[in-house]
Amino acid sequence: MNQPTPQRRRRRAFDWSTAVIAVLSGSAALAVYWRDGAERFLAVLDTDLLLFAYMVPKVLAGCLIGGFVALLLPREQVARWVGHESGMTGLLIAMAFGFILPGGPFTIYPIAAAFLLIGADAGTVVAFIVSWTLIGYTRALVWELPFFGADFVFWRVVMALPLPILAGLLARLAVRAGFPVKSTGPTDKAP
Amino acid sequence: MMLAVDLMLWLFVVALALAAAMRGRLLLVQGTRAGVIDFLHLLPRIGIGVIGAGYIAEILPRALIAPWLGAESGLTGIVIAVLGGALTPGGPVVGFAIGAAALKGGAGAPQVIAYSTAWALYAVHRLVLYEVPMMPARVVWLRALVSLPLPFIAAGAAILIGKP
Repeated sequence: MNQPTPQRRRRRAFDWSTAVIAVLSGSAALAVYWRDGAERFLAVLDTDLLLFAYMVPKVLAGCLIGGFVALLLPREQVARWVGHESGMTGLLIAMAFGFILPGGPFTIYPIAAAFLLIGADAGTVVAFIVSWTLIGYTRALVWELPFFGADFVFWRVVMALPLPILAGLLARLAVRAGFPVKSTGPTDKAP
Repeated sequence: MMLAVDLMLWLFVVALALAAAMRGRLLLVQGTRAGVIDFLHLLPRIGIGVIGAGYIAEILPRALIAPWLGAESGLTGIVIAVLGGALTPGGPVVGFAIGAAALKGGAGAPQVIAYSTAWALYAVHRLVLYEVPMMPARVVWLRALVSLPLPFIAAGAAILIGKP
């Protein structure tokens, strides 16, 4: 029975990004109120609150799926699967896991580093990271959907579908052309 | 359509919860807890960002956005968007709020796709702060290098297909 490894918590109640956006938003809201009056102010609020309320159940579902997948799919197992594949299959599997695995940079990059340690080539690792970045479902579901709406996100993801494979192939080409991926050996950082 | 998506998502949640429960009550509780904590952590941030983006879009000067980032701005707009994405600092709230505000404020969809793809792939501060400390540096640079054309490809595809 594999005990889920507790993820490193990096949770603060306050973060600068949100604070900056909150200040910007507050100023913009005041400016709208002052320039266009209360009616316009409320109209904007109404539209966005509705959009937000509409997305809340999806955000919750996305978070729960992420919580369960992280527990059910032990990362050692994933690393073993990806590390031993090569060729096109390796890229496709890496892309699939990039899509499936939840979590932020603090979970994803250590997994990618583990792939390398276990023997995956740089192209596979690149495909994995690009896939997680561009088509990972938690990101699309939890973050992008509330901001952009379903139509935009759907098409954005469709355009991005070939990109992880393409990036992986480009990385392999670069390595074959002499890009120095293997470096100083033991001093290479790994988690 | 949206209802079907919701239904599918929640069926998926139930299936995963069952799979977890079958492997022990503890796993079910832990998974639910992790998900709910994540949700509570993210909800105010997303809320501020989504509502803020609406107001920021209202005060953006449309007359300025349209020629530089509008649907007619073509490759110039895409290049500006990619540079903007690479240089946007901060966490996801910032990137998504700016992208959404630009879209509402008159930027073209391909340009916004270029922005958010570039921001996701090679926002400079994220490479340096997160990726390099956790991965062999040369692989990070290789990843960044091969990522360079990707936002242009995504935006080009959006122009070709004419969606969204």
